[in-house]
Amino acid sequence: MTLSFAIIAGITVGAAVAAMGLRNPVHCVLSVTLAFAGLAAAYLQLDAQFVGFAQILVYIGAVAILIVFAILLTRGSQPPQPSLLSAGWQSGIIVALLVLGALVYALVKTPALPREIPPAPNVTVRQIGDALMHRFVLPLEAVGLLLTAALIGAVIIAMKEPEPGSGNRHPETERKESGTGAQAEAPNSISNPKAQSSNHA
Amino acid sequence: MSPLPGYLVLSSFLFAIGLAGALTRRNTILVLVGIELMLNAANLNFIAFWRFSEHPEALTGILFVIFSIAVAAAEAAVGLALIIAVYRHYRTANADEMNTLKG
Repeated sequence: MTLSFAIIAGITVGAAVAAMGLRNPVHCVLSVTLAFAGLAAAYLQLDAQFVGFAQILVYIGAVAILIVFAILLTRGSQPPQPSLLSAGWQSGIIVALLVLGALVYALVKTPALPREIPPAPNVTVRQIGDALMHRFVLPLEAVGLLLTAALIGAVIIAMKEPEPGSGNRHPETERKESGTGAQAEAPNSISNPKAQSSNHA
Repeated sequence: MSPLPGYLVLSSFLFAIGLAGALTRRNTILVLVGIELMLNAANLNFIAFWRFSEHPEALTGILFVIFSIAVAAAEAAVGLALIIAVYRHYRTANADEMNTLKG
């Protein structure tokens, strides 16, 4: 239990507690970003340099910023929150404490953990690329498919819907009232992609 | 004395903190933040076990974590899109007030 591990662990746990305990959601996101950075430092200490930098790139560089934008878009006119905890929060804390107790008990009692420290593995990015392309090519393609589906799905879910009740119009009559914009022509942009594209033509 | 139990205890704490936040906060975005913390705790577990295993040249732990990071990022994007869509209809991001399906 070296000093550097203690510092990294302290920063990460402190930032995680702050992330889940602060009142302002923007402060929570900034704290969880610090927790991600602490975890990246832990990965670097565990000789997983690629994962450490991927953690910084993806979590700090993309996920945290995405969450900040989502908080920005869901603020509205914020009255002071009456309570930051939902109803029945006591059972949530109890469940979390039970899970923590079970995990730590299992860790302390198990005889299965190795005692000696193996030498530091020398992992090159080339080895990771080789493994991704040969042994793990199927999960790689599946993750590509998943990311494509998530991209399309997130865009469609969060897309602004056109005004309802003004759909079912013939595309010819649309052009006469093109001043109303593209929003007034289809009740559901998912089911009428052709109507939208004909208006833009 | 291997530092592996230290890393496992750290990841257990992170998991419990993320779980507590996901179960108790009202704001659904912070519930998602708790879920991301839990995923990160599991990733730390994988890397710790990989580092202190007998055959680290198999790279299994590293690759699992790479895929886990990708999947977690995709899930965060879709979850936040859902929250934004719900906010657009009900003007609230609090889980307590999303109760129109309640019986």
